[in-house]
Amino acid sequence: MNQDIYVVIEHLRGQAADISYVALAAARVLAQGTGGEVVAVLLGHNAQTLADGLAADRVLYIDHPALADFIPDAYLKVLAPLINEREPRAVLLGNTTIGSDVASVLSARLGAPLVSSCRTVSAEGKATSQICGGKILAEFALPDATTILTVIPGGYSPEQGQSEQAPPLTPAAAPALEDLRITLKQYIEPEAGDVDISKEPILIAVGRGIQNQDNIELANDLANALGGVVCASRPVVDQGWLPTSRLVGKSGKRVKPKLYLALGISGAPEHVEALGENAMIIAINTDPAAPIFQVAKYGAQIDLFDLVPVLGEQIRQAKGS
Amino acid sequence: MITLLRAEEFDQVMTSETVWMCLSCYACSQVCPAQIPLTASLMTRAKEELLLAGKVPAELQQALENSQRYGNVLGQSPRKRSDWAKGLIPPVAVLGKDKTSADFLWFVGDYPSYHARAQEASRALAKVFHRLGADFGILGPDEVSDGDSQRLAGERGLFEMLATKNGQAFHKHKFGAIVTSDPHAYNSFKNEYPALGISYPVLHHSEFLAQWLDQLRPLLTHEIKARVAYHDPCFLGRVNGVYDEPRAVLSAIPGVELVEMAHTRSTSICCGGGGGGMWLDGFQWEKAHTRTSEWRVQEAVAAGADVLAVACPYEPLRFEDAAKTVPGAGRLVVKDIAELLAESMGD
Amino acid sequence: MNIVVLVKLVPDLVEELTIDPSGTALDASWLRLIINEFDDHAIEQAILLKEGGGGRVIIVAVEAEGVDDVLYTAAAKGADRLIKVGAEPGSGPNNHALARGLAAIVKELQPDLVLTGVQAHNDLDGPVGPLLAEHLGMPYLGYVAGVSVSPGKATARKEYPGGVIAEMELSLPGVLGIQAAEKPPRYVAVSKVRQAMQTATIESQPLAGLDASGGLPIGRMFQPEASQRATMIEGDVEGVAAKLVGILKEAGVL
Repeated sequence: MNQDIYVVIEHLRGQAADISYVALAAARVLAQGTGGEVVAVLLGHNAQTLADGLAADRVLYIDHPALADFIPDAYLKVLAPLINEREPRAVLLGNTTIGSDVASVLSARLGAPLVSSCRTVSAEGKATSQICGGKILAEFALPDATTILTVIPGGYSPEQGQSEQAPPLTPAAAPALEDLRITLKQYIEPEAGDVDISKEPILIAVGRGIQNQDNIELANDLANALGGVVCASRPVVDQGWLPTSRLVGKSGKRVKPKLYLALGISGAPEHVEALGENAMIIAINTDPAAPIFQVAKYGAQIDLFDLVPVLGEQIRQAKGS
Repeated sequence: MITLLRAEEFDQVMTSETVWMCLSCYACSQVCPAQIPLTASLMTRAKEELLLAGKVPAELQQALENSQRYGNVLGQSPRKRSDWAKGLIPPVAVLGKDKTSADFLWFVGDYPSYHARAQEASRALAKVFHRLGADFGILGPDEVSDGDSQRLAGERGLFEMLATKNGQAFHKHKFGAIVTSDPHAYNSFKNEYPALGISYPVLHHSEFLAQWLDQLRPLLTHEIKARVAYHDPCFLGRVNGVYDEPRAVLSAIPGVELVEMAHTRSTSICCGGGGGGMWLDGFQWEKAHTRTSEWRVQEAVAAGADVLAVACPYEPLRFEDAAKTVPGAGRLVVKDIAELLAESMGD
Repeated sequence: MNIVVLVKLVPDLVEELTIDPSGTALDASWLRLIINEFDDHAIEQAILLKEGGGGRVIIVAVEAEGVDDVLYTAAAKGADRLIKVGAEPGSGPNNHALARGLAAIVKELQPDLVLTGVQAHNDLDGPVGPLLAEHLGMPYLGYVAGVSVSPGKATARKEYPGGVIAEMELSLPGVLGIQAAEKPPRYVAVSKVRQAMQTATIESQPLAGLDASGGLPIGRMFQPEASQRATMIEGDVEGVAAKLVGILKEAGVL
C-alpha cells in the first residue's frame, strides 16, 4: 500500500463537478498526514482537458469510448483492478449520483472499508461524517488499509481544490469494457425556456412552509419587487408546484446568488449544499431550531405569510422613492 | 356529483375530485327539505370510498398520515404537545403528573397545542380558568387529536384509532366533565365517542364560561370599546345548537357592542376549516379561486365590526389570513372569546 | 416477474436526537423509527410496476420497532409477500453486515428486480443497495426516478444535478436505488391496514452470521455546535421588514 490519496473525478458532459474539487481539498489534508500524493483519477473519452485546474499532484487518465459518459459498470471495471493493483491509502468519491453508485460496490468487491457522507478529514487520519439531516456527526479513525470515502460538500470550498495549473497526466490502460450490463440510451434535458436559476443573482426560495401552490404567488410578487426569481427546495418541486428547473439542491441546481431569501425552508443539508459560498442567506422560518439558521447570515422567526406582503410593499416604496 | 350518484354512475364519482370541495360544514344538511343526512352520510361516505381507493389530495394525505404517526395533524412531536404551557404562571396542571383528579379535563386539541396563533388563545384561556379559580387539568402528551375532522374527511378507521387512544387516556384519570375550546372535539366527544364506549359530559368553553358568568363579571375590569361580530362556528352552532352562550359571555365584557353579520346562527358561513377543509385549502383554491373565509370577513366588515370574535381554533388563523386580502379588512381584529376575556381581565 | 423491495426503518428526525452514554450511538430510548422515505418510494414504484405489467411484490424489511405496521401497510397497497429479517439487538447491523446477511435470503426469492431506497439518512458505511447488488452479482444503478420493465431489461431514469436525466438500460436481474417513485407514495386508509393485519402474514427469517467488516466502528458520535447562528432580526412584521430593507440596501441588492 502506498500513501497516495486518490480522488475519482466526476464529470458530466464536459464539466467537472464541484464535489470533485471539494474531494481534492479533502485529499490534500489527508495527504499532508500520510506524506503521499494527491492523485486525481480521471475516466473519460477525449477528456484530457478536464485535468486542467485540478489541485492534484498528478492525474491518472484512462481513456476509452465506453467511458465517454458515466456508466457504473464501466467505471467499476476500470477502478476495481486499478485500486487493487496500486493500493492507495484512500480513495475519495463524491456522495453523489456518480460516486455513490460506485463507492459501495468497490467496497464490497475489494473488501475495502467505506465511510460515507464524509464532511471533513484530518491529517491525523480522521474522517467526520454528517448524517440525519445534518443533526448528527460521527467520527472515524481511518484504518491502516485502503479505505474508500464518499464526500459531501460543506467542509471545504471547491476553490480549495482548484489550481491555476494543469497537473501532469499519466495515462493508464483501460481494461476490456464490453458486455456492460448497464448502457446509456439518452440524456433528457429539463424543461427549456425557463429561467436558469444558477445564473440569477437574486433568488427567493420557497420550501415546505409555503404550504401550497397558490401561495407561491406571494413569493413571485416579492421576486418581482426585488428583481429576482423564485426557486424551491425539494418538497415544493416534488408536489409539482414548481418545475424541476427551479430546484435548488443536491439533485437540482447549484446556485451562486448574491442574495438568497429562504422562505419556510428548514435548511436540510441536501438543499443548503447547493448554495454558493458567497450568497447572503436571509432565512424566514417560524421554527427557531430550523437548521437554516446555522447557515444564514440573517434570520427572522416570523410567519412568512405575514412578512412577505409587507416586505414587498416596503421594497416597492424604497425603489420608488 | 349528486346527479352522478343518483344515476348510479359511481365509477365517474370515483374519478372526480369534486367531493373534496366539500367542507363538511353542514350548511346543506341544515336546509335540505327532505332531511337527507347529506354531510354525515352522503359526503362522508363518498370521501371514504375515494380514500379507500387511495385517491386523496396531497395536503390532506399529509394531515392524515401525521395524525396516524404523531397523533396530531401538524406532524409535530407528541412529546411537545404541552410545550405551549411552558412558563405560564400559575402553571397548567397535567393530570397524572401534577394532579390526580380535577373538576374538569381541559381537552386542548392539535392546533391550540402546536400552532403559534392558536397557542395564544390557549394561553389566554389558561389565564381565564386560573383567574376564575377553576379546578382543571390537561392530559399533556397523552392527548391525541380528537379525530372528528379526519372522520369527516373519510377516515373512519383513523378516527376510531385516535378515539380509542383518547379514551384510554381519559379512563386513567378522575374528572367530572370535559371542557374544550374546539367545536370539532366538542362534537366528537358529544356525538361520536359515546358509541365507542367513551362517554363524558362535555362543554364548549363558551358554555362553561356562560355557566360561570357571575364569577366572571367582576373580573372583567378593563373596557374593550368595540363593535364585536361573533362568528358561529359550524360545529358549535349549526351542528350542536349552541348560539346564545358565546353571545352572553361576550356581552359581559364592558364596552362590547355585539353586532350580527348577514349570515348568522344556523346560516353562518364556514371559515373553511370544516371537516377536513383546513387541509384542502390549496386544492380548493386551485379549483374555485375563492375562499369562504374571505366571504365571511367581508360580512364582518359590512356589519361595521372592529372585532371578529371566534370560538374555534381554526378561525383566528383562517380569518386573519383572509383579512389580509379583503379590502377594508385591514383594521379588523380577530380574537377568540378567551382572548377578549383575558384582555378585559387585565394583568 | 418477482420484484423484491428492501426496506429499513430509520430515526424520525421530527423527534429530538440524543447521543447515548457510550458516546458512539444514538440514544435508542427516545428514538421514533419510521420507514426510510426512499424505501417508501421503492415500495410505491414496485406496486406501480405490478399494476402496470403484473408480477409479485415481495417486501423484505429489517426487524425494528414498528416494522409490522410498515409491512401490513405495504400489503394493503398490494404487496404479495411480507418477510421480516431479524436483526441483532442493540443499534442494529451496519449496511455491510446487512447486505451480506440479506444476500442469501434475497437470492432464494429469485428476484428479477430488486428495489430499495437510494440511501437512508443514517447511512454511515454507504447505502445498502449497491452492497447487496455486489453480493448478488447483479448490476446496480442509483438515483432512479422512474422505471419501466421489458423482458430481461429495466429502463431507468437516473437523476443528475440541474434537472438532467439519463435514461439508462439495466440488464435483469438487477438492483435499483430509488430516489423517487413515478408517483408519490399513495395513501392507505387505516381500515385497509387493519384488514391487512387480518389477512396477510409476516414471515420471520433470521439474519445469520452477521459480518460487519467494511464498515468502520464509530469513534465518536456527537451533535454539531449551534456555533454559527444567523443574526436574528426581532420585532413586529413592519419592523422586521424595515430592517430587512436596510440590510438589502447595504448589500447593494436594492
